[in-house]
Amino acid sequence: MSRSGVRFSSRALMADQRAFAEQAMEYMPQLYSTALRMTHNASDAEDLVQETYLKAYKGFAGFEQGTNLRAWMFRILTNTYINSYRSKKRRPEETELDDVEDFYLYRRMGGLEAVRASRSAEDELMDLFSDAEVQSAIDALPESYRLAVLLSDVEGLSYKEIAEDLDIPIGTVMSRLHRGRKALQKQLHDYALARGLTDAIPEASLEAP
Amino acid sequence: MTNDPNTPSGVPFAVTPDCEKVMAEVDSFLDQELTDALRSSITAHLESCSPCFEVFDFEAELRLVISTKTHTVEFPDTLRIRIEEKLTYLRIEGSGATESGGGGEPRREA
Repeated sequence: MSRSGVRFSSRALMADQRAFAEQAMEYMPQLYSTALRMTHNASDAEDLVQETYLKAYKGFAGFEQGTNLRAWMFRILTNTYINSYRSKKRRPEETELDDVEDFYLYRRMGGLEAVRASRSAEDELMDLFSDAEVQSAIDALPESYRLAVLLSDVEGLSYKEIAEDLDIPIGTVMSRLHRGRKALQKQLHDYALARGLTDAIPEASLEAP
Repeated sequence: MTNDPNTPSGVPFAVTPDCEKVMAEVDSFLDQELTDALRSSITAHLESCSPCFEVFDFEAELRLVISTKTHTVEFPDTLRIRIEEKLTYLRIEGSGATESGGGGEPRREA
């Protein structure tokens, strides 16, 4: 007798799942690009996205229509990554980030000097770094910071969504983002220095953090 | 600029207490995480304080750089096809599965 109940709900589920196929496909490129940055590997990224879609499809009945499908897909992606892929990686254990002062890049590249020279800092910022440099600066972050920065700065998820995805408090999301972004700025500055695109500003001219 | 950089809080220029409060909210502001009231009070400050504005502007531009430069991944169309095929398969399997228990085809794919 429970059998017919199952059958009935499974018919409803199928309608849901058809809706899923129509709604969720558009997020695939975004999910893939995040997956690629998580796994650093195209084949792992493809598997991760595929697994995400299969899980989402099967669990679509649990998705509340009218809420944010994109955020839900990213949650599944992140969970799948954390549960099945991260453990496989031979990435060194979580390192702590060095302390970097706030507004690291601004102090060195924008800042008052740029203003005085009436040179628009932002005009050059976009051209200063290559795609590969930005990507490798993100890749260089320790895992927990990297995931927070990816989900926020690359995918535009809210603090609350990131907190749910990573299963950490919102305050932790904020501190990981803050510290991760500073480290990212320092890495970008190092690249710019290495290519001679910006002058080193002597540390002495910077106030202590 | 008249401001003398000598601040305890990591703010890159000397500040009024207002500036300090505003600079503490750069992240939350740019991440669109503030209440409307706080957001408009910060916006009002930025309109009248060019050093703070410069910092916010720089940080906002940097966010844009990061987001732009990380969205250049080429998406493999074969992946879309592969996933659509699998979903179609699951749907067909699902429509018959309630009767037959899923016609012998292994659920797990290579």
